[in-house]
Amino acid sequence: MRGVLWRLAGSLPALAAVVVVTFILTRVLPGDTATYFAGPTASAESIAQIRTALGLDRPLPEQFWSYVVALFHGDLGMSLTTGQPVLVDILARLPASAELTLCGLVLAMAVAIPLGIIAAVRQGSLADHACRVIVTAGVSLPVFFTGLLLVYVFYFLLGWSPAPLGRLDAFASAPPTVTGFYLIDAALIGDWETWRSAFAQLVLPAVTLGLFALAPIARITRASMLAVLGAEFIRTARAAGLASRTIILTYALRNALLPVVTTLGMVFSFLLGANVLVEKVFAWPGIGSYAVEALIASDGAPVQGFVLTMAILYVALNLTIDLINRALDPRARQA
Amino acid sequence: MSAAALRHARHVVSENPVTGFALGLFVLFVLAALLGPSLAPHDPLASNTMLALQPPSAQHWFGTDQIGRDIFSRVLVATRLDLGIAAASVALVFAAGGFAGLAAGFFGGWVDQIVGRTADTIMAFPLFVLAMAIVAALGNTVPNIVLATAIINFPLYVRVARAETTQRREAGFVDAARIAGHRDMGVLLLQVAPNILPIMVVQMSLTMGYAILNAAGLSFIGLGVRAPTPEWGIMVAEGASFIVSGEWWVALFPGATLMVAVFCFNLLGDGVRDIVDPRRRT
Repeated sequence: MRGVLWRLAGSLPALAAVVVVTFILTRVLPGDTATYFAGPTASAESIAQIRTALGLDRPLPEQFWSYVVALFHGDLGMSLTTGQPVLVDILARLPASAELTLCGLVLAMAVAIPLGIIAAVRQGSLADHACRVIVTAGVSLPVFFTGLLLVYVFYFLLGWSPAPLGRLDAFASAPPTVTGFYLIDAALIGDWETWRSAFAQLVLPAVTLGLFALAPIARITRASMLAVLGAEFIRTARAAGLASRTIILTYALRNALLPVVTTLGMVFSFLLGANVLVEKVFAWPGIGSYAVEALIASDGAPVQGFVLTMAILYVALNLTIDLINRALDPRARQA
Repeated sequence: MSAAALRHARHVVSENPVTGFALGLFVLFVLAALLGPSLAPHDPLASNTMLALQPPSAQHWFGTDQIGRDIFSRVLVATRLDLGIAAASVALVFAAGGFAGLAAGFFGGWVDQIVGRTADTIMAFPLFVLAMAIVAALGNTVPNIVLATAIINFPLYVRVARAETTQRREAGFVDAARIAGHRDMGVLLLQVAPNILPIMVVQMSLTMGYAILNAAGLSFIGLGVRAPTPEWGIMVAEGASFIVSGEWWVALFPGATLMVAVFCFNLLGDGVRDIVDPRRRT
């Protein structure tokens, strides 16, 4: 328990670093925030007025303090494009991104882990070669391009998928928000029509993300399975005459999964980035496309809010992964 | 490169024909980057609305885009910019990250602390999101794309350089150089640095593909390179709206070229690693 508390405290420096870097990126670097808020036609006077109103004329440490205070109040500023507080916008759009990312991840793990196991157990087999090709090709895929290819094949050519325009087709309406995940919310009220529509929209973007995350997971599963299978306790288990199914699934896999869980941290780093690109391709109304729209409109506050949200999410995910690792591996608890 | 190393390299290439194939592709890409503008059959910026959205033909191998520009010429000319951005960012992070890692491993103490904390801070962000933030804050220009791509790769280079340096800090040749009267910086740059160079070169070739992907991803969402300039990421973004109406060639050719380039660099990176550091072969 003390270890867990220590680990929780251990993510505080990362959070602090994230806040400081976001502050530096938005306030200290060139690019005058006041001119920017005032708009292109503003006079020098109104720019100065805005500068005072935003507190940009005060010394940096003071600005940093008010920035942190505002953060603790959940004040991320206003979006000029939507006219809403950034926090409200982000909270409304976060479930869309989360649903997509999680589906992509689950899909990738469902394919990559068995593939990695088979590739390690049957070295040199067809599955092993397939694994190697997928691992090298997978990391080479520009995720926005795979998404477009899938749209062309499954929407334009085959007509199996709906148009890549968001979370629901034009005729369905969003289910009442409970979790914000359409698949769960629609199932909760038993609205299977909406569920089917949400599912059909989700398939292609989730597969795009899944293809992207497949490679690192398959690679590490294969490598760590190979390492474990060469260990002495596996030889002992074999010598004791245990069934190879028991050896592979119970003895080897449980040990081999630890590095896989650790790698998920890196996979999430990639996924959260790839998410932005996939959301743009599929017009997915998540926080990634929110940030891209704000970037194009030169709307600063949503971009900052997005970066901060992503970074905090990532720190939290890393923390969760560490705690899972502790639960799985007694050795990690001692360190 | 000594004769033995060359022999080893030839052995690796003949053992693994894929590396040879990647090498061939690499030469093609470098030629395209160097000679692209003079080889292009059409002006990459010349529009001709009469010929808008023509499918691939003998006249226009990759077809034409929405304002009638020749896609083949644009893809070819874009090679220099895309590879240039990636190469510049990799060179930058090689110098900065390599030196920081060397110093951290060699001196330890507060140098190590500062370098380590900097790398940790970068790693606290999802890397592509950090790159977006950097370009958005510093301004939408090509040098800033280079810088952002270098920054997100910094922790990786630091980690490798630091680990390799720590292993050699106590080595005999370091002591010998000290006894011979070299100062710290001299030992660091003249004795230790050349020793970790091969590993760092492997690192460069392994990250080149990622750098290309990252830069193209940034321009795909509208950061960095601006519209009429031919660049693979932007061209895919422009072609995206035509995918749903069936004009596949506008996005396919730049996207496929990007994919092949990244694939080629990744294969080559694996090949270089096999030559330099056979133990890490997977």
